[in-house]
Amino acid sequence: MPLIEITNLSKIYKTGSIEVKALDDVSLCIDKGEFVAIIGPSGSGKSTLMNILGCLDGQTKGDYYLNQTKVSTLNDNQLAEIRNVEIGFIFQGFNLLHAFNAIENVELPLIYRGVPTQERHRMSLKALQLVGLEDRMLHKPSELSGGQQQRVAIARAFVGNPNVLLADEPTGNLDSQSGKEVLRHITDLNQSGVTVILITHDSNIASKANRIIRIEDGKIQ
Amino acid sequence: MIHSHFQSFRLAMRGIRTNRLRSILTMLGVIIGVGSVVTLVSVGSGVKEYISSQIESIGSNLIIVSLRGRTGATTLSLNECLALSDRNGIDKVAPSISGDVTVKADGNKHETSYEGTTEDYGSVRNYKVESGRFISAFDIEYGQKVVLLGKTVTDELSNGKNLLNTIVKINVYNFKVIGLLAEKGTTIIGAPDDKILMPITTAERVMGNKTIRTLFIKSDNPDTVHATIQALNRTLSKKLRDDNAFSVINQQDILSTLNTVSRTLTLFLSAIASISLLVGGIGIMNIMLVSVTERTREIGIRKAIGAKRANILSQFLVESMVLSGIGGLLGIGIGIFCTVLIARLISIDPSLSISAMLFSLLFSLVVGVVFGMYPAYRASNLSPIEALRFE
Repeated sequence: MPLIEITNLSKIYKTGSIEVKALDDVSLCIDKGEFVAIIGPSGSGKSTLMNILGCLDGQTKGDYYLNQTKVSTLNDNQLAEIRNVEIGFIFQGFNLLHAFNAIENVELPLIYRGVPTQERHRMSLKALQLVGLEDRMLHKPSELSGGQQQRVAIARAFVGNPNVLLADEPTGNLDSQSGKEVLRHITDLNQSGVTVILITHDSNIASKANRIIRIEDGKIQ
Repeated sequence: MIHSHFQSFRLAMRGIRTNRLRSILTMLGVIIGVGSVVTLVSVGSGVKEYISSQIESIGSNLIIVSLRGRTGATTLSLNECLALSDRNGIDKVAPSISGDVTVKADGNKHETSYEGTTEDYGSVRNYKVESGRFISAFDIEYGQKVVLLGKTVTDELSNGKNLLNTIVKINVYNFKVIGLLAEKGTTIIGAPDDKILMPITTAERVMGNKTIRTLFIKSDNPDTVHATIQALNRTLSKKLRDDNAFSVINQQDILSTLNTVSRTLTLFLSAIASISLLVGGIGIMNIMLVSVTERTREIGIRKAIGAKRANILSQFLVESMVLSGIGGLLGIGIGIFCTVLIARLISIDPSLSISAMLFSLLFSLVVGVVFGMYPAYRASNLSPIEALRFE
């Protein structure tokens, strides 16, 4: 069975009497260990797909199985848990907590998992070493460059060994040099066995993936 | 879960440190509320203890009978008064006639009050003679013009001289000073040192005042004071045929009345001070709502990463409790400071009320929970996507 299986999934937003079909009858399978790029222009529905895949939002119709769990049947707390254990997020805007230094940001998912302090620190330090930022672990996000911040976010995304890494335009706010480095880390993670779903509008970046899924007007092309 | 509460606590402390001024302003209501409750209750109980010790110094077996009657029928004669001492439970009786006089000596003049009484007055009222002697049975029998001076009167008149055995002028009459009374100290009831004592018969004859207004009675035994008071009430009621013409009180009655008054007053003032605690709670709620809005994105990130509703709820609840708790502790500190300061100003012993401190600390924590609940609930209910979209 594939890691991610979506069948006939639709998402409809209603504003007053106007219905907008953000996703229209989408079906999709992603196997464990794949590196998939979802590409499409803005407003195509790729962010909606990302939110549903990340268990942040629910669908209007259809089914979503993540690692054999039917996501639509889960309650709020179970969704939070599945986000914590199964998924690592990398956002375009990094989304680090500004009051915390690098290692504290990386520790965050482990705190909600209840990992003891020492173990948490050890795991987070290892994650930061993998992205080459162990010497910056006590720096706040404001003291790091954009590329460094995104690498901290990558460390935070994989520190808890999730099955899926969801990256939403991870290089969108970065210069090309930092972007390459961030992509290299993501590719490395994929090679170590993590399934990666990368959302982008840049076909250059998408070319790094094994498979490219094009989405337009809420439909997979 | 405890683990995550500890994290929330550390987080809240960090938030307070980074927003120092805002946090202190937020806590101000709680600080003032707790500070004033602690001060009021502590100063109140200090004053109460002071008053109690003053009244207890009167002696627990002293009974005071006030006679309000104007005519001979509604008062007692000297002999009737003295006869009371033969009754059960009564040790000694000192009837008293009183009024205002002017005392002159050596060119000095002093307005004071006199009491005409008997030889037992000293032991009933606990007056000590510093030098000379007290009124004797002989003085009473012959209505001698002799006088004892209270400490204040002595100080006002003496000019450094020893007034014992000298002659002073009371109104227009010459009196011989047979004794000087030792200092009793100030009490809240009257000025016990600003008076002169003379034989009761002299007061009747020379001052023309024949109405005994007050009887000071020493009971045998402090434990049977109440039985004695009841017996006295019956006797006087029968003799005077008018229950409104007299009243019998004792130290314990005064004490319990004063205690009731001071307790009510303290409670009333504390209730007013507690309102400030409530207002402080509203301040905390206000700032917590601001904080939830400011940190919408943070809440979104935390939820995306796996925070449950309960985690977010506890984070904001702990934060508002930390705010109100620190406010409470600062308030207790200020309360202690104010209590010691006020106690020193009005020269009483500070009586810090531990229970008031614990109560107001607990109350401020409850305020923190109650007023933090709504903002925390709002934070925990935010949808993660909308929160992440928030700029």
